[in-house]
Formats: sequence, C-alpha cells, structure tokens
Amino acid sequence: MTTASDFNESASLVRPGVGGGLADVFRQRFLLKLLVRKELQIRYKGSVLGLLWSYVKPGVQFLVFYIALGVFLGLEKSARNPDGLGNYAVYLFSGIVLINFFTEALSNAARSIVGNGGLIKKIYLPRELFPVASVWVSAVHFIPQLVVLVVACFFAGWHPSFLQLIAAVAGFVVVAMLATGLGLLFGSANVYFRDSENIVDMLLMVATWASPIMYSWTMVREKLGEGWYSLYQVNPITIGVEAFHYAFWLPTTDGTAPMPPNLLPVWVPVGLCVSLAVLVLGQWVFRRLEGRFAQEL
Amino acid sequence: MSVAIEVQQLNKQFVLRHTRSLKEAIVWLVTGRKGDISKKFHALHNVDLEIQQGETVALLGLNGSGKSTLLKHISGVMLPDSGSVRTRGRVAGLIEVGAGFHHDLSGRDNVYLNGAILGMTESQIDEQFDSIVEFSEIGEFIDTEVRFYSSGMYLRLAFSVAVHTDPEVFLVDEILAVGDEPFQRKCLAKIKELSAAGKTLVVVSHDLELVSRICDRGVVLKHGNVVFDGAIDDAVAQLRTESSR
Repeated sequence: MTTASDFNESASLVRPGVGGGLADVFRQRFLLKLLVRKELQIRYKGSVLGLLWSYVKPGVQFLVFYIALGVFLGLEKSARNPDGLGNYAVYLFSGIVLINFFTEALSNAARSIVGNGGLIKKIYLPRELFPVASVWVSAVHFIPQLVVLVVACFFAGWHPSFLQLIAAVAGFVVVAMLATGLGLLFGSANVYFRDSENIVDMLLMVATWASPIMYSWTMVREKLGEGWYSLYQVNPITIGVEAFHYAFWLPTTDGTAPMPPNLLPVWVPVGLCVSLAVLVLGQWVFRRLEGRFAQEL
Repeated sequence: MSVAIEVQQLNKQFVLRHTRSLKEAIVWLVTGRKGDISKKFHALHNVDLEIQQGETVALLGLNGSGKSTLLKHISGVMLPDSGSVRTRGRVAGLIEVGAGFHHDLSGRDNVYLNGAILGMTESQIDEQFDSIVEFSEIGEFIDTEVRFYSSGMYLRLAFSVAVHTDPEVFLVDEILAVGDEPFQRKCLAKIKELSAAGKTLVVVSHDLELVSRICDRGVVLKHGNVVFDGAIDDAVAQLRTESSR
C-alpha cells in the first residue's frame, strides 16, 4: 500500500514500503486522528473514574511534592523562610505538568513500535505514525492538567503578558519535539534491543531532577558556577520548564524573582534548535532501522 | 496491459538472532565474536516475477518456501536485501484480515480504523460504510464492541472492510477460511468479481482445490527459489508430485 493519494490506474511503478517519514504522517492525518482517538478511548476503559484519572494522578503527585519539598524541605517562602520561592505551589505545578507530558510521551513512544508489532508485521503504513500518535495522546492528557494549572494561577493573581504566553507555547513545542525525536530514536532501537525501554525509564527519572522543577535554577548556578550552569541550561527540558515558570509562575508573584538571564532571546531559540536537531536525528535513525522492523519484531 | 508487479533478482536473508539483549551482544563483540550469535537463512533467492494487470496468480509451495515473505515484499512490509520490487497503483493486503482491529472498539470504529490503515480516506469510508456492513452481515451489532463478536462475525467484518478498499492489486494470504460455508461462497464470488473487474490478484493458499478455481497462473516456490511458473493446473500438478516425493 502506498499513500492514499495515488489512486489513478496510470500511476507509475513504485517501490512499495519506502515512505516519506514524518511527511507521510502529515499526509495520513486521518489515520493519525483515528489512532489517537483509539488510544484515548481504550486508555480508561473499564475504570470507574475514567478521564478523571488524568486529574487525580497529577493532583496527588503535586500534593506529595508540595508537602515534602515545599513544607518539609523548606522551599516555600514563608515568614521563617524568606529565601524560599514565593507561590511555590504554582512554581512546582507548572514544572510538573510539563515533565508529566514529557514522561508520558516518551515512555509510550518508545514502546509504540513493539506494541504495535502485530500490525507493523502485516500491513505497510508509515510507522512514524505510532510514536507521533503517542506524543499526541500525551498532549491530549496534558490539557486537563493545563486547565488545573491555569485555574490555580488565576487564584494566585495571574496576569500574564502576551510575550509570556508565547513563551509557554514555545516551551511546550520544545518539549514536544524533543519527546518525538527521542521517541523515534528509542522506539526504533527497542525493536532490536529491548534494553531501550529501560534506558528510557532511567533517562526519564534523571530528566525529572535535571531541570528546575522542584528547586530553583539559582541553586544550580551557585553550586556549579557559570560554566557548568550553561551546560545545564542547554537541556531543552530545562528551557521548557523555565519558559513555563516565566509564563505561569512569574506573573503570579511580584515579579522580582530572578529569571535565568537571556531566557527569551537566547535560551528558548537554543532549546528549539536542540530539539529540532534531536528530532532530525531520531527520524534519521528511525529510517535506517525501519527497513527490518517486520522481520525483527 | 501493463505490468502491475515487477520483482527483479529479489534476495532476502533472515538473520536469526538468538538474543535481544544489549549486554549479550556487547559481550559477544568484546570476546572476539566467538561462536554464532546469529544464523542466516535464505528466505528468497534471486526471485524474478512479473505480473500483468488483471492477472490472477497463486503462489504455491510447502511451508517455509518463501510465499508469504514474497507477499510481504510486494506489500512493502519488508524491503529486499538486494534486487527490486516495484508495484503500480494501490496495493492492499488481505494478509491476515483483522490485523488492525482493536477489541475494545465498536464495530463501527473498527471499520473506520481498519479502512484507514488499509489506505482509505475518510470520505471513501463514509461512502462505503453501508455496503461494508451489509456485506459483513453484522447488522445491528455494528455498534457493539468487537470483543463480543463471535470469531465468524469478526472475520466477516474484517474481510468486508478489506474487499471494499478498492485497490488495484490485491494480496490474499490464507484468508479463504473465513466464516461458514455460505459466507465462504460469498467471499469467493466477491474475489472472482474483483478479478473480473480487472484487479490483479496474488493469492497464497494451501488449498490447491480452491486456488485452481480462482487463479489462472501458478508460481511454485521451493526453498526461496521459483521452480515453476505457468498455468495453474500444471503448477498444482507440479506441487503435488513435489510433495509426494
């Protein structure tokens, strides 16, 4: 089966099974839509709370972190702890929603090729559809969390500028591209070596702590110094999380909290470039490996 | 008449790996590649095949002769190691019908999903939907989850979607055991109708009786080599003497 577009009988002889990569996914939007809908339909099949789980899980996670880190470890700003972060709850949650999206997207994308092996072995279709659909499904699950975040922000006196909203979108795009790129990379490697899943799990654990989600970026700079801090800052997730802080947390405070220098003019574009490079690399590796998916699965 | 499928000097080797763990592969590499981590196996060997538009061809052979592998190359699921495969127009497989079905979805959702997987557009499925349901004889159960279907209903719906995809080239792999006797007859009639309408048909089956009723041409494969290519009756006879020996 080639793409749906060449229907006319006068079509020329073509090599079957050679697709256009991610461009084919775009051409097969309808199939992508159905795959995403299928995942959403079956996700909470047979559970009483259903989609409510998308609120309950991050809610509990947030409470645990807030009490343990904000209260017990003293990251929250209070009368006795003037150096803490103001509105720590919003600070924490705006990072958590983004890392949750990344975690879910990458771990599902990395398993998507093996998980859909039955289909891939029998019918030709652009296989990039599966990792992309996984990321898409995670984006849908991200929406309710975003809604909760925005409501919380409004209660905390949120008044974002247009630029700050743009920063949030950019931060999301950075993380989404990174998840897709790594998903393609590890998803295709997983066909050959199932170790790939474990590497991803480990990577995700590191990712949660390697960006300023629970703590403040200033702590990192104090300990690491400028040089190593720049390296820390190149991580696209760090940039995405900081963009979210800038968009959701900063406008709820008095605005005096320090933001990483040059976040918008330098780091956000850097994040976009790094993520794009990972996406290109992921696609390249995927295409090199996909030729033998059917026989290896 | 123009060529629908052109296979030239197709070679395919399978590597039978014994491990899926990175550790073992690295250990094998650093210990100087001692022993065999993998075994090679020639699934197809210099296969040449040209199928004209409108032909009905049966791929015959004993188990492991490479028939299904060849079919998978034509559908694009597998890519050749060397040589080339080229096809004209849309190719759709009835390769194990129902591969794209999901048990937790309703029959209706599955028709859309499977139709899209087989390359139909949204408007084509909308247009064909009633006809698909009618052919499958599922009737009112179309909005029931597929998990509650009997295996016959399941296969009937899957077959029905596949025959409605309207490709130029049809690949059929052992699906003619679909449903009960009357439905089988109906499937057969549908397949004949497709071939009468000028569709190219490539069939893999062990049911020689049935194959000789549908196809005009037979290609016999043995250990990945084409050993016979000609009229279906001769091909069937060839295979029978082959297997009785």
